[in-house]
Amino acid sequence: MSKLTPVLSAHWDEKDSFTIEAYTRHGGYQAAKKALAMDPDAVIQMVKDSGLRGRGGAGFPTGMKWGFIPQGDDKDHYLVVNADESEPGTCKDTPLLMANPHVLIEGCIIACHAIRAKRAFIYIRGEVTHVVRRVNAAIADAYKAGHLGDGIDVTLHIGAGAYICGEETALLDSLEGFRGQPRLRPPFPAIAGLYARPTVVNNVESISSVPAIITNGAEWYQSMGTEKSKGATLYSLSGHVNNPGQFEAPLGITLREILELAGGVRNGHKLKFWTPGGSSTPLFTDAHLDIALDYEGVSAAGSMLGTKALQIFDETTCVVRAVLRWTEFYKHESCGKCTPCREGTWWLVQILRDLENGTGTEADLDKLLDLCDNIMGRSFCALGDGATSPITSSIKYFRDEYIAHLTQGGCPFDPVKSTIFAGAVAQ
Amino acid sequence: MSLNNPSNLNDDVMQSIIKRYPRSRSAIMPLLHYVQSISGYVTNEGIEKIAKLLDIETAEVSAVATFYTQYKRKPVGEYHVGVCTNTLCAVMGGDAIFAALKEHLEIENDGVTADGKVSLEHIECNAACDYAPVVMANWEFYDNQTIESAKSLVDGARAGNPPAPTRGPNRLVTYKEASAVLAGLDDGMAREGLQAGAPTLLGLKLSKEGK
Repeated sequence: MSKLTPVLSAHWDEKDSFTIEAYTRHGGYQAAKKALAMDPDAVIQMVKDSGLRGRGGAGFPTGMKWGFIPQGDDKDHYLVVNADESEPGTCKDTPLLMANPHVLIEGCIIACHAIRAKRAFIYIRGEVTHVVRRVNAAIADAYKAGHLGDGIDVTLHIGAGAYICGEETALLDSLEGFRGQPRLRPPFPAIAGLYARPTVVNNVESISSVPAIITNGAEWYQSMGTEKSKGATLYSLSGHVNNPGQFEAPLGITLREILELAGGVRNGHKLKFWTPGGSSTPLFTDAHLDIALDYEGVSAAGSMLGTKALQIFDETTCVVRAVLRWTEFYKHESCGKCTPCREGTWWLVQILRDLENGTGTEADLDKLLDLCDNIMGRSFCALGDGATSPITSSIKYFRDEYIAHLTQGGCPFDPVKSTIFAGAVAQ
Repeated sequence: MSLNNPSNLNDDVMQSIIKRYPRSRSAIMPLLHYVQSISGYVTNEGIEKIAKLLDIETAEVSAVATFYTQYKRKPVGEYHVGVCTNTLCAVMGGDAIFAALKEHLEIENDGVTADGKVSLEHIECNAACDYAPVVMANWEFYDNQTIESAKSLVDGARAGNPPAPTRGPNRLVTYKEASAVLAGLDDGMAREGLQAGAPTLLGLKLSKEGK
């Protein structure tokens, strides 16, 4: 029996799977019909019972988040879908929306009903023109078919290139027409979110998982996954593997199992390091192949499940170069609001550049760790925390490689060997 | 007709964008995309127009326009090419592609070719890592790129005949046309192109094979 459980991805291989005709053919919008006939509290309870947890990185129980919205308060409530997929390595929501945007819209209808919201916003990153077309067309078709407009509205909001807007409170500021900078919490969005109204912010995959739960029941969803990490999810495998791609599997599958399905690390090479859930999650090595990829298993091994973005790097890759590049990303994307993150990521880049060039000293490694210690937990949001993950974990597992840059006066690796067109570059 | 003439900005379109939101200020971002769809970048005139329509200060609009990297304060090429040089794409070949394109086009990062056809920028992760190395043109996907394919892309763009995106519509739209889509306007091309590429479908395919 297959280890994979395609639910979200079940019909992605059909031509024009993104159309309302294709979605309806497979029972689309029947879950919304069923949910709208239920008491909102019963919908929340069903999602709670299913064990669904946030698929955007934090893993917070979705039903519980919905339950935090005050009821009977006579205020407008909002659902905001985070489609600002930008965490390095993360590439699941984008293909999902390209192949089947209607599942998200149906999820929005159900979630709006549950939290008694009349309005949902989908905040999508701006760097994916064709996905924007698909989602916009899907919303228009859902209105035409009468699924939207009769008590529940969905509006697409298109970002403009800022990783920080994936952070839920920065996203809300951005959606209100400001620079995307995180807010201090409390108050949490459930109390004062969009326009200071009770707001649920959920990831695309979380909301898209809801229609199948309504259709098949909480028990069905519970039957997949592990004790505390229920259900199936999209694992995105990329990098030095023979066959990268999306693998929808029950939570708790291991990298060894996924690699086996993907034809392994690229031929003639071996696994060196990988991220379990994007660049903000501490690196793993070949010692972690059998860790259960669920929320608890990955945490217990010192990292985070994050977005399940499995980026694979083989032995040709210089870990210092990899970490420096991620660090440059965090420096560029720091919004500048909090000093430890704004200044700290700048200094991390300076020191890492020296180390990669072979002009640093061994004391710089301790300085890096000290800086990380002073960035961690000292800002409004987790961007700075994320920046420290690749650094501290790489020094933990590959300290010798940092030292080798110093003793050899530069990087000992040939970057050509890491490329997929290795050997064909010199021309 | 001057590109910077604010009268080219259509009031009805701008009002329809504002009406999408319960509070008008939320429309700043799509309005800035709209300005780029008319002028190719965010002009001072565009900022003034948005400020006037939303009844806020121009400084408040500028503050937003300068925060987000997709808003350009100077003209980019008709085809704006971004090479992903975040770690995974960089390692897989993005660095080599970016270096080759800079040399080939004789421009630096953020540069525009003298004919105004192509601009080049190194970009961050674009959520297509299973298709690395990734190049974007006007924010359409060019997956699994090589130095040669990236050069063909920019050569085609300069000749006015760029290849179609690998996962996108049947033709590559211009930067202004793409900006209109990002302003939320319908260009009727949503049904064009693949629903998914092979890596997206790999898990599904294996499951159907019982693996």
